[in-house]
Amino acid sequence: MKTLKDFEIGERGIITKVSGEPRIKRRLFDMGLTPGTEVYLRRKAPFGDPIEITVRGYELTLRNAEAEHIETEAKK
Amino acid sequence: MKKFALAGNPNSGKTTLFNILTGSSAHVGNWPGVTVDKREGVYKKGKTPISLVDLPGIYSLAPYTPEEVISRNFILEEKPDCVINIVDATNLERNLYLTTQIMEIDVPMVIALNMMDVLEKQGDKIDEVKLSERLGIPVIKVSALHGTGVHELMQKAIECSKEKRKATTVLENCDVAHLIGDVNIALEAQGIENPLFHAIKLVENDELEVKMHPTTIKMVDDFKNTFSDDTFGTDFEALVADARYKHITKNYSPLLVKKNNGLKLTSSDKADKILTNKWAGIPIFLVILFSLFHLTFGEDFLFLGKIFSLPTIEDLGLADNFGTALLACFYDGAVFSPGVILFNLMGLLTSTVFGYIGLGLESLGASDWVLGLVCDGVLGGIGGVLSFVPQIVFLLLLLSILEDTGYMARVAFILDRIFRKFGISGRAFIPMIMGFGCSVPAMINTRTLVDEKERTLTLRTIPFFSCGAKLPILTAVAGAIGMMTGRDGSIISFAMYVLGMVVAVVSILLMRSTTQRGEVSPFIMELPAYHKPSFKGLMVHLWDKIKHYVKKVFTVILASTIVIWFLSNFGWNWQMCEIEQSILASIGQLIQPLFTPLGFGSQLNSYGWVFVVAAITGLIAKEEVIATFGTLASIFALSGVEGAAAVNAMAIGTGITWAGLIAFIVFNMTTIPCFGAVATAKGETLKGKFRWTLLFWIVASYTVSMMAYLVLSWWWTSFIFVALAVALIFGIKLYNKNHPIGEKK
Repeated sequence: MKTLKDFEIGERGIITKVSGEPRIKRRLFDMGLTPGTEVYLRRKAPFGDPIEITVRGYELTLRNAEAEHIETEAKK
Repeated sequence: MKKFALAGNPNSGKTTLFNILTGSSAHVGNWPGVTVDKREGVYKKGKTPISLVDLPGIYSLAPYTPEEVISRNFILEEKPDCVINIVDATNLERNLYLTTQIMEIDVPMVIALNMMDVLEKQGDKIDEVKLSERLGIPVIKVSALHGTGVHELMQKAIECSKEKRKATTVLENCDVAHLIGDVNIALEAQGIENPLFHAIKLVENDELEVKMHPTTIKMVDDFKNTFSDDTFGTDFEALVADARYKHITKNYSPLLVKKNNGLKLTSSDKADKILTNKWAGIPIFLVILFSLFHLTFGEDFLFLGKIFSLPTIEDLGLADNFGTALLACFYDGAVFSPGVILFNLMGLLTSTVFGYIGLGLESLGASDWVLGLVCDGVLGGIGGVLSFVPQIVFLLLLLSILEDTGYMARVAFILDRIFRKFGISGRAFIPMIMGFGCSVPAMINTRTLVDEKERTLTLRTIPFFSCGAKLPILTAVAGAIGMMTGRDGSIISFAMYVLGMVVAVVSILLMRSTTQRGEVSPFIMELPAYHKPSFKGLMVHLWDKIKHYVKKVFTVILASTIVIWFLSNFGWNWQMCEIEQSILASIGQLIQPLFTPLGFGSQLNSYGWVFVVAAITGLIAKEEVIATFGTLASIFALSGVEGAAAVNAMAIGTGITWAGLIAFIVFNMTTIPCFGAVATAKGETLKGKFRWTLLFWIVASYTVSMMAYLVLSWWWTSFIFVALAVALIFGIKLYNKNHPIGEKK
């Protein structure tokens, strides 16, 4: 299972599962990172963390620590 | 008067719309979370005036951040006559997610579909008629930026406010719909208002609701024993969020027809490629930060003076007239930066005008004490403060540009990794840099930080980011140090800014390992698209600041300069006297020994207390310090001396060294901020933390300025401080090792 943390810049995937601490999970859901949503890794900050993704047509930044809890599958 | 509430996502143009509707000049920025407190205004363009409340920008009605709780409680408890939900059409899905939650409250509602101009420019189309039908809520297309559609919006809202609206939900077909229905009926039977909203939040296991309805939550818990979803198990919070988004993508998203698939490189992306570049990102940020200060404070613009060894005005041998004085505002051995030119011009203007006022009074035969009060007291004090207004405004203009373009959010992104090392998230950078403008909005902005400890930490260090009102202290005292030591005053100013930041970092590290231990909070933040700051927006923004500042000059500062002049010219017997016998002198002498270790409570002669008094008056407002200098400088020099010259005269007169002056700057930068900021801090800190915050400021300022004075006066004392620091770090490490976080109560 590939998590968002392991994405290369320019890679796309579909979210399958979001886990982790309830508060953070809820925040990620509120921001639209629900299962079935397409994500695209746009860029990484200096030092490779945090990362910037495109989700539901807007740009969101999060850390590898959070991205690690987002499981994905390749886009069909 | 009817009351409408504006609710919507951060950065959805809510504040811009509020400004257009109310004609107010609320602050608009381009990062998520500018409106962190609700604000009220009045819409006067309709038949009857309507009160408008701008709620903080939120993504959800979950109870996790203070802004979400404020908005939620406002709609539930204050019961506005209508909620105007602003939806950013360019970011439809996430914006409608909030809409689906507001719909669940029994309140009339209108949707303002904003950013239509941007959408149309991209060649995209949206079927707002169908959207309105499917949502069951009126939808009005607007462009808050251009002001199109806003009056139609208000008319629709007024129309809607006349009828009650029953709550609806998009969760009717989801797996827990039956449970929601049952809980809804149970709550309705208990006579609870907005039963549907509370029912759904209970099903979501919402912290606040579970506490409010301890018996009804049992229904949800019982249901959990009989039900489990394949993806979410019994995590209904996730299930509900997912159901909302599923409904949105299925029913609403197809109404938006995009010209291209959204993954084309926009100009925002191109800018980001450079500005947040892996290698160039941080150096570019540092260059921008340096340019900001160089443009505002640089006494040798672009270092032209040094490079070409330009002659000074004295070398040129020009006649001593007004023309030369005017030239000296722009050039003296070096071209000045725009900020310094503005300062010089304003200084020339005030001193010329005030000079004439003095001459005028004399020719009218005014008595000595009137002359003293007006020229030395009032004009000296106010003039000192007024001459800084253009320079402060210039700095604020530059900060506003950075803010409005959206660059600040990028800085949070690139700095997060570094900030985390110190125990705070990159988001804390935003309130900190706002602190360079004014501590009050900066402290309010800390609400956007999720973690309570991180908020406390950030709030406490905000005064160390020297605000606009401290700028005069910095320039004047650094200028005086420049005069005494023959060094460039602007370099000293810059060093002091850096020192403030260093003190902030050290205190954060120290608090993170002692009183505020804990993990760094998560960093989940929207990066808004860059946009050109609008001229109108910038002006509105600046006018707001100037108004605030000038108002302060003519109220609090005017009043207290008069009080200080009175205290320094009258004795305890209420007779006019020499300053040595004045009330102020005796108060100053009483507290002065406290500041002797800091180097600016001089024991050398009877005027050693002047700096102490100036620092104390700074507790009212930081501009006060410089106003007090203006008033007290008359003891040592001819009247009408301001700024650096006044400080220099006072330092020579009292025998205070340059090290003492540095300690004075440090003390003012790190001590208890002005009255306004203290009041804000009181409102923004948790109960019981405020006292400690005050104590923290006192201890920090006293320790740091004492260290600055001692080390700069006797270099070997640095060994003592290094040894103490090592012992402190060792002690903390040892303590933390024996008391892991988990065991702490």
